[in-house]
Amino acid sequence: MIDVIDLKKNYGNLEVLKGITTTINKGEKIVIIGPSGSGKSTFLRCLNCMEDPTSGAVIFDGVNIADMKVDINVHRRRMGMVFQQFNLFNNKTVIENIMLAPVSVGIQELRRAKIKNFFTRARNVFTPNKKVLIPVNTSKAKIKAEAKENALRLLKRIGLEDKANVYPSTLSGGQKQRIAIIRALAMNPKVMLFDEPTSALDPEMVGEVLDLIRQLADEGMTMVIVTHEMGFAKEVATRVLFMDEGRILEENTPAEIFSNPQNPRTKEFLSKVL
Amino acid sequence: MGNFDKKVEKFWEIFYEHNGYTKVLTGLENTLYIAIVGLAIGIIIGTLIAIVKVLPKYKRIARILDGICTFYVALFRGTPVVVQLLVAYYVALPLLGINMPALNVCVLVFGLNSGAYVSEIMRSGILSVDPGQMEAGRAVGLSYGVTMMKIVVPQAIKNILPTLGNEFIALIKETSVVSFVGAADLYVAFNYIGSNSYEFMVPYLVMAMIYIVLVAIAALLIRVMERSLRKSDRRN
Repeated sequence: MIDVIDLKKNYGNLEVLKGITTTINKGEKIVIIGPSGSGKSTFLRCLNCMEDPTSGAVIFDGVNIADMKVDINVHRRRMGMVFQQFNLFNNKTVIENIMLAPVSVGIQELRRAKIKNFFTRARNVFTPNKKVLIPVNTSKAKIKAEAKENALRLLKRIGLEDKANVYPSTLSGGQKQRIAIIRALAMNPKVMLFDEPTSALDPEMVGEVLDLIRQLADEGMTMVIVTHEMGFAKEVATRVLFMDEGRILEENTPAEIFSNPQNPRTKEFLSKVL
Repeated sequence: MGNFDKKVEKFWEIFYEHNGYTKVLTGLENTLYIAIVGLAIGIIIGTLIAIVKVLPKYKRIARILDGICTFYVALFRGTPVVVQLLVAYYVALPLLGINMPALNVCVLVFGLNSGAYVSEIMRSGILSVDPGQMEAGRAVGLSYGVTMMKIVVPQAIKNILPTLGNEFIALIKETSVVSFVGAADLYVAFNYIGSNSYEFMVPYLVMAMIYIVLVAIAALLIRVMERSLRKSDRRN
């Protein structure tokens, strides 16, 4: 699903990623571990081009999204991302947070289809071989209603439907992060990227967020998780990547990597954190 | 102070009995019109300039726009507003062959002028919004422009409202120079009363009081607006 080929990222003279090649298959749950400053988060952010890679390719569904010429927004809609700091839109209520992207993308696509149809119609008047119009079987109101229904369904799933109309500033960290997760889910992504989703949470709220991620994993969502929660990594991952100094030093199943690490750096790191 | 009573009487005569108040009302209307519409134009121009200024600069078009905006800000902050008014009314518009009422010229000049100041206010506002907000918008697949207009700018405006209020108040007071190009504002009205009663003490005193009241009302409105915008905030 995602092929990463010799991915490099520099900040000025600082080489953060020094050539990463890996493949993420459908249904895999990949957990990236490693010391801070090892480039884990940068790697994750390169997967949906939040950071533009300096060189190399990120091939998502057959398209190299690291290429500056592709419309990255279209591809990002298929990749959900969850941040350490939640990043809910502060000026929007919870339900608006969830609905914003589906509604504005839906309306944008509707508008584009209508404009295209207008030109096709104009062209069809003058030429004998008629072109087919793009079927438009939706409307602004319908898009909004569908997005709202979906948002409420997602809120119900995490048991926060009573918070639909409050602003994020009144929520706890755990609630914010769960809403951030379903905000990403509202776009029906093919893969979810988690950037240390529990690092900014109080210990007692870590559980509720991990439970939700675990549920998604069980449903077969493809995911890439950067985390320091080793227990969670062991339990959820199908593959663990150990990164240090901008390289993947070791990748293996969690059972292998946690009980029988091969690389000396992995051994050293795990002996410190476990 | 018997003298003062006489002065008030004289003022009242022109103000009330000789319909001086209609001039004052027109002046008040024009003053507010220039300040409000000018600020609206200023906010639009200022927001656009601020967005250009915070744009990532790896595309050439962004750098060109940035150059234009820098020049614009330098031009309008580098000259007094009176000079801008005079140049616009007596140089630029005649050269372009455009005939425009003085009042509209004033609105335009004050809008352009305030745009230069608002751009810097707005830029600081945009920079004060957590970069995570932009990232989150981009991560769900919204474009830079949509995220900017729907997420970042509304939060920026909330942050800069007190400063924007300052700009509005400054604008109300600055309009007192529009008589340079013959637009009728409060100064023109009270000057008329003064010159007809040969007595300037009371008219100018009343004019000053009207400005104070205007500014007080403006400050109050800004406070109310600020409070309503703060509803998504914990600082109520």
